[in-house]
Amino acid sequence: MPNPKRRWSKSRRDKHRTHYKATVPSMGKCSNCGELKLTHRACPSCGYYNERSMFLPKS
Amino acid sequence: MRHRVRGRKLGRTASHRAALLNSLATALLKHKRIQTTLPKAKEARSYVETLITKARKNDLHSRRQIMSVINDKEVVKELFNEIIKKIGDRPGGYTRIVKLGNRMGDDAEMAILELVDFNDVINAKAEEHKEKREAKAKAKKENQEKEVAEEANVVEETAAKEVN
Repeated sequence: MPNPKRRWSKSRRDKHRTHYKATVPSMGKCSNCGELKLTHRACPSCGYYNERSMFLPKS
Repeated sequence: MRHRVRGRKLGRTASHRAALLNSLATALLKHKRIQTTLPKAKEARSYVETLITKARKNDLHSRRQIMSVINDKEVVKELFNEIIKKIGDRPGGYTRIVKLGNRMGDDAEMAILELVDFNDVINAKAEEHKEKREAKAKAKKENQEKEVAEEANVVEETAAKEVN
């Protein structure tokens, strides 16, 4: 069976990992209440999606 | 290979999956709106739509077929008497899925699955419910404040007596 010839140094390992990046979630303003919300999802603060009330928020 | 094999397995055996879809369909027809994970909602959607289309034939055979899937007689009655009337002649597309964001705990994507024609009805009901709850909470708070005030009065009175 083929096997790695040599151990990879921490430096090489970590260099690979420089490409592991967090992405910014795509946020937009709610058309009903103006709060920041995730796009394509109902607004958690007012319960609206696409000008339509989907649920009533708690409190 | 599983090329073009339709449907999700949802991590269940065939009978478990069938039972899940039946209960999701029953819940949706009973409550008109359910909250579940997005893959379950998407699977339940096509399942329920075929049921509703079948129900619109409104004959004994279709009723028996639906009875075999939905194990709640009252829900079947409601489907044939009320839901079908409200749907009218909508050519399919009786349900709507709206994504909600991810669940705490397992980060599963959640969604609301609802009957399109019942959106306003449920909202009106929920509004009423909420108003009642708020009124109750308000009344409770006022009562508590009153009690606290009374207690304070009592304490003051006893203190005054002791001084005397």
